[in-house]
Amino acid sequence: MSFQNMPSPSPEAKDVFVANYPGDSAAFLATGYFVNAKFELAELTLEVAPEFIVDACRALQADGYNFFEDCTCVDWYPTEPRFQVTYSLLSHQYKQRIRVIARLSSQEPVIASITSVWPAANFYEREVFDLFGVRFTGHPRLTRIMMPDNWNGHPLRKDYPVEGYR
Amino acid sequence: MASTLDHKTEEREGERPVPFAANSQITGATLAGVRSAEDLLIPDVEDVVEDVLSGHKPEGSDPISDHTMVLNMGPQHPSTHGVLRLVVEIDGETVVSLSPDIGYLHTGIEKTCEAKFYNQVTPLTDRIDYLCPMTNNTAYALAVEKLLQLEIPEKGQWLRVLFNELTRIQSHLVWLATHAMDIGALTVFLYCFREREELLRIFEAVSGQRMMTSYVRIGGVALEPPVGLFKKIRAFLESFPSKIAEYEGLLQNNPIWINRLKGIGYLSPENAVALGVTGPPLRASGIDFDLRRDMPYSSYEKFQFRVPIATEGDVWARYSVRMQEMRESVKICLQALDGMPEGRHVAHAPKILVPDREQMKTQMESLIHHFKIVTEGFQVPAGEVMSSVEAPHGQMNYYVVSDGGAKPYRVHVRNADFCTLQALETMCKGQLIADVVAVIGSIDIVLGAIDR
Repeated sequence: MSFQNMPSPSPEAKDVFVANYPGDSAAFLATGYFVNAKFELAELTLEVAPEFIVDACRALQADGYNFFEDCTCVDWYPTEPRFQVTYSLLSHQYKQRIRVIARLSSQEPVIASITSVWPAANFYEREVFDLFGVRFTGHPRLTRIMMPDNWNGHPLRKDYPVEGYR
Repeated sequence: MASTLDHKTEEREGERPVPFAANSQITGATLAGVRSAEDLLIPDVEDVVEDVLSGHKPEGSDPISDHTMVLNMGPQHPSTHGVLRLVVEIDGETVVSLSPDIGYLHTGIEKTCEAKFYNQVTPLTDRIDYLCPMTNNTAYALAVEKLLQLEIPEKGQWLRVLFNELTRIQSHLVWLATHAMDIGALTVFLYCFREREELLRIFEAVSGQRMMTSYVRIGGVALEPPVGLFKKIRAFLESFPSKIAEYEGLLQNNPIWINRLKGIGYLSPENAVALGVTGPPLRASGIDFDLRRDMPYSSYEKFQFRVPIATEGDVWARYSVRMQEMRESVKICLQALDGMPEGRHVAHAPKILVPDREQMKTQMESLIHHFKIVTEGFQVPAGEVMSSVEAPHGQMNYYVVSDGGAKPYRVHVRNADFCTLQALETMCKGQLIADVVAVIGSIDIVLGAIDR
């Protein structure tokens, strides 16, 4: 999906973002990375366009979210877009965290790697690749980390049985 | 080697570097400028083997050596604290590069969680970081309670703080015991396990289990502590500072201990942040950040304690930070015992919490609730939350996603160990092969938490 076809961000979501973002929210909104935002249970979630994930992370890093905590994925099978890649960033300065999400379709579960922004993402991206089958372009070596190299399938996908294949 | 040591002493004698809080230089923006992220990336096993086979000569290596060598450590090596396998490229005895191979203990806990009711997940969380079950339970309970918007009575929160800190002491004791044993001080191991035994008896008294406690539950804690237990805990806490002094008496002035620890495994504050290092190793690198103080949970804001930090960033700094942390934990525990509030230890939510045994046997209503909760669980409103606690090893986050059903849609655990392991190469590069063991001990890893 190209960026031109993306739904334009709703004004309410923008207001939520401006009200809860500690950095320069106007500058971030001007870039076009922004897709959606919500503030629920005292947690700010920011949805960005998957093709701009690296740029968005750099912008957030410059705005004070200096610490990469976590990267994981949620499989919303059978709805589309199926995969929700979730990044959790922490700001030591503002003592706040932000959740950045990007949604990927099941046909093309590919997103750019953010290891160039935070090397800490290395193992996390390998884990998401191993357990969900989401590929990260630009990752130095995207191989399985938990499962054996010859394993069939991606265990944390919802269409993979809990007991495994017997 | 000698030059690094000299550099360290100079730094210590001169003006002490300013810790992070006072010096906001270490923000993401400046970070991007001063380092190259690629340099910090830990290589894969294949990368290390390919490097060795290509016959490359690392910069500054001995001119007479013609090639580097690959060395396999583990997964059954006693000093890797579980089933960690390291593939090390060495030039003589110097580490050129290093790659951890993990996954030997992967049990698919995150997948199993998706097939259990919310209450049934609690015992699974014990087994993730098996040295701090109470901390795991607390982190999971906090996440689900946030989704349920459940208010926990003060006594429940204080009991959580008390047992979280006891768990921290217990975990640090295992760390000190095994770390010292790796370096060669076997006596410390026996001393530490003597005190750990007392703590395990306390955990057994309160939960019926020595290690896999499942004591902290959704909505509070499992049971009131038995009569007389607080007295026992107090007796332990009062004698424990003298035991710490005893360990330090064995180690602090021991020349072998000093030479093996000081100036080894240096990690700069910038690299610590870039590599996602948390907990004692982060604070030992001079970054003053502790979730208990900076983003308090479970009424930690009501306790007075100091956050120990060090600026040297070496193995010794991590050792001294953890030793001081144990002393601070004793203070927190004593405050919790002194000010333990009266009242219930669990929230009032009959449709969510299993009623206690007596009520269940005597009241019709409670019997119905008990039956329903056990057979079909309870519904949790849809949403996603992340809870974050300061575990003994660092920052522990539980990410729980609910689709409105009785089973979690997704549970993800962020453990400090998994991230800190990525800093291993940065810390070990250029050091001797024997120092790798010291550095592994200093980052205090539990493979159960890494592989999940």
